[in-house]
Amino acid sequence: MASRQGRARLGGPGSHSRSRSIEVLVLIAALSIFPLANAYARSPIGGLFETERERIPGNAIDSFVEPRLRACGLEPAPLCSDEVFVRRVHLDVIGTLPLPKEVRRFLADRRTDKRAALVDELLKRDEFADYWSLKWCDLLRVKSEFPGNLWPNAVQAYHRWVHDAIRENWPYDRFARELLTSSGSNFRVAPVNFYRAIQSRQPSSIAEAVALSFMGTRIAKWPEAQRLGMASFFTRVVYKSTSEWKEEIVELDPAATLPLKAVFPDGSTVKISPDQDPRRVFADWLVAPQNPWFARNVVNRVWSWLLGHGIIHEPDDIRPDNPPVLPELLSFLEKELVNARYDLVHVYRLILNSRTYQQSSIVRSEHPAAESLFARYPVRQLDAEVLIDAICGITGVGEDYWSSTPEPFTFIPESQRTITLADGSITSSFLEMFGRPARDTGLESERRNQPTEAQRLHLLNSTHIQRKIARSERLRRLVQTGRRKAPELIRLIYLGVLSRNPTEDEMTAVESYCRSCGLNPLQIGQDLVWALFNTKEFLCKH
Amino acid sequence: MDESRGRTTLSRRDVLLRLWTWGTGLAVIDPRIARAVDSAKTVLKPTRKAQARSVIQIWLSGGPSHLDTFDPKPNAGSDYCGPLNKPISTNVAGIQIGELLPLLAQQADKYSIVRSMTHGVNAHETASYLVQTGHNPGEGLVYPCLGAVVTLFRGYDHGYQGLVPPYIALTTPLGRFSEAGFLGEQYAPFATGGDPNQKRFTVEGIVSEGLTDRRSHGRRELVRSLDTFGKTMSDNPYFRRVDECERKADETVAKAAKLFDLSQETNETRERYGRNTFGQSCLAARRLVEYGVPYVIINSPGWDTHKQHFQIMRQKLPQLDQGLANLLSDLAARGLLSSTIVWCCGEFGRTPKIDWQPPWNGGRGHFGHCFSALVAGGGFAGGHVIGATDARGEEVAQRPVYPQDLLGSIIRLLGVDPSGILPNDRGLSVQVMPAKEGGRGRLDEIM
Repeated sequence: MASRQGRARLGGPGSHSRSRSIEVLVLIAALSIFPLANAYARSPIGGLFETERERIPGNAIDSFVEPRLRACGLEPAPLCSDEVFVRRVHLDVIGTLPLPKEVRRFLADRRTDKRAALVDELLKRDEFADYWSLKWCDLLRVKSEFPGNLWPNAVQAYHRWVHDAIRENWPYDRFARELLTSSGSNFRVAPVNFYRAIQSRQPSSIAEAVALSFMGTRIAKWPEAQRLGMASFFTRVVYKSTSEWKEEIVELDPAATLPLKAVFPDGSTVKISPDQDPRRVFADWLVAPQNPWFARNVVNRVWSWLLGHGIIHEPDDIRPDNPPVLPELLSFLEKELVNARYDLVHVYRLILNSRTYQQSSIVRSEHPAAESLFARYPVRQLDAEVLIDAICGITGVGEDYWSSTPEPFTFIPESQRTITLADGSITSSFLEMFGRPARDTGLESERRNQPTEAQRLHLLNSTHIQRKIARSERLRRLVQTGRRKAPELIRLIYLGVLSRNPTEDEMTAVESYCRSCGLNPLQIGQDLVWALFNTKEFLCKH
Repeated sequence: MDESRGRTTLSRRDVLLRLWTWGTGLAVIDPRIARAVDSAKTVLKPTRKAQARSVIQIWLSGGPSHLDTFDPKPNAGSDYCGPLNKPISTNVAGIQIGELLPLLAQQADKYSIVRSMTHGVNAHETASYLVQTGHNPGEGLVYPCLGAVVTLFRGYDHGYQGLVPPYIALTTPLGRFSEAGFLGEQYAPFATGGDPNQKRFTVEGIVSEGLTDRRSHGRRELVRSLDTFGKTMSDNPYFRRVDECERKADETVAKAAKLFDLSQETNETRERYGRNTFGQSCLAARRLVEYGVPYVIINSPGWDTHKQHFQIMRQKLPQLDQGLANLLSDLAARGLLSSTIVWCCGEFGRTPKIDWQPPWNGGRGHFGHCFSALVAGGGFAGGHVIGATDARGEEVAQRPVYPQDLLGSIIRLLGVDPSGILPNDRGLSVQVMPAKEGGRGRLDEIM
């Protein structure tokens, strides 16, 4: 997997002075053509984060969302500004901050369809597969241990398989079918690990995991007969060890001779002969276009990942007494997925190009239903992995991940980004503190992107963060080479950390800090990076 | 998971969410709400008259040899004892311990030794999980460690108001699994990082390295003036939480830094505990429980001695001896031992029979059949030995003690019924710490 660590962030590749000076020229040119900071200073604060010009056409999604909002007495929020959009869409689609040059290019782009073009570009990036593999590996409980025991080799194989499927944009029905119906070695036939990454190997536990993953529903809430009926599809799954250390074969019980009676979750029964794979029978039922759970689950999840709240919420708690807040929207997205032959990227693109997604996150009054009816884009804290990658990317100082248990030992190169880590059990206080899921249950709620006191302590005072800034060669080069004036430096740091230019007020505040603090330029640069890391704007998607 | 419960009852969080959505006119009234609210009133709580208020856990990660520590077998021969065949008498008649623990021998009246700990698991990960949570893996849920359970009952939910977190790990987390299990991150330990044996114990997030006060202050001012986005909606609930966390963080830094500042102790005291990471961690732990922290774990690594076993014992046991013995005597002298439980063990013992063959050349392997645990204070009587192993320390000979019964005993001394239902926001009906089926129960002999 390509490492992005090496890419410069704070405004230039650094090691080639020619390209650096060209970038500075481009920057100066860009600033003189688009004096954005000045424009903001004249308008109210929303002007930095919102735009009054309705430059995007929106799409069918908005025709479901907006009438409902108005019916509840809510106005949709204004459209977010280009600065907000470029950062938001990078974080949402590829889990990665845009580089300063990417921000500048986007802001300078005068095409009317530039937002749609950026969406298309990001959906093709390698990091799209990296970031969404992380998400799927949360749901599929990919970790070497503990207390589950997938083991490191199987974790790598499983993660690689998920990554390939996303990168090659397999139809979603194929992805689900292979996870459910594969047989073979945990090292060689990666998707069989679906059946191994479960707390217990009872058929009822397998059914629970299948229902949660692909139907978005918790069968603990079902009547017992329905649970048992579904569990019977998995009664023939057996596990067999081999002479290779930690290898395990997942297969169907070869000794089965009797037909099996099973009940689909919709109540219809089926008789499965011994030469049939009951998992395949189940998978055929599951991925059929008219299945009431399959498409619904995944489009609702994608929606909640991008908009912070499910149309059915929580997105993995679909049940009759938890109805969708916008049923027509959900049906529309389901149909779109099925008609696009289960191309999930199509659904991403639809949502990302909607006006609903591109709303501002700023609300003037807190209406309790604003979030659940999608009256704005919700402010959300960055995922732990995305946050540390952002900090590492900006400073150029990576993380040192390793694990001495279980064997074989794992050592991750410092240049590898955190969103590409396969193993959810690699030890990291930072990731745990910022809410990385334990990957025990596959529940969406395992990820806790909520602020805590420990997080504040860490960002404000920890040696971990201080050292990244203090040891940043990237920052040192930025400050110490060339003849950049203070305002240029400040702008470059702003572009690197907050993906926008500073406002006039901010510029004044930083310049006054420069004059009064009695520190050298490098120290000032460090303090500015540190201060911006500690703003709410940096901490969240907005 | 008790599925029938999941179907018919609601968690407290569900209730709050439902009441909230109900208030906004978006949801129908659920008849189960009333019942769930009722049952929320009877959530298990610690009793006021509990003997123990705090716990210090000394975790010897990797599994220390029981023969060389608290269960010596001098008559088993040199294939079992190696060079450590002269156990020493303690200040309690009839109790002998390993010869490398002379200071602990003088404190034996303050602790009891459980020599019949057993679970039969020889893998680090599984055994660690079992000893810390009282559960086998693969039970369908990931259970919390004792520290998280104690934090639930003795932390912020039940009156703890300290400025340092209620569950502190000196200096690293366990690392093999999440200590909080299904209880969630708010019950996870705060790992200090740093090294208490350094001149300055840099506690991650609380004591930072080398910045002048003036510069720290200036930077904070700078953040405030640059928080442009935060100011656009200062009443956003998420932002308010961030601000609230930050306010608490500042209070913590202002007052807690002193707590971790071991230079406030005399040099004599610091020397007494041993000038090494373990000894100074014991000293830090004493300061923390003095302050009122409910759970402190000292994670001491390096006990997985397949090779060079005896060399490592001669280096590590004197440190353990010095740190733990002084911790116990100091707690007693300050009147804290009666309300502070100290427990010390690893995930298992080590093979009694020494492996002299290459590549081990005098090492000991993993041994879950039997191992020893030390318990003291908080209502545990001192000066006793519970259970026994056979002549070579290879099998439990009397009164097996399973991890869940040791953990359940500690929980009971903290004023919580271990067979009660563990409060949780998932609506799960699981006992706090069920007794081992077919076991001999809690450590009533010394409670």
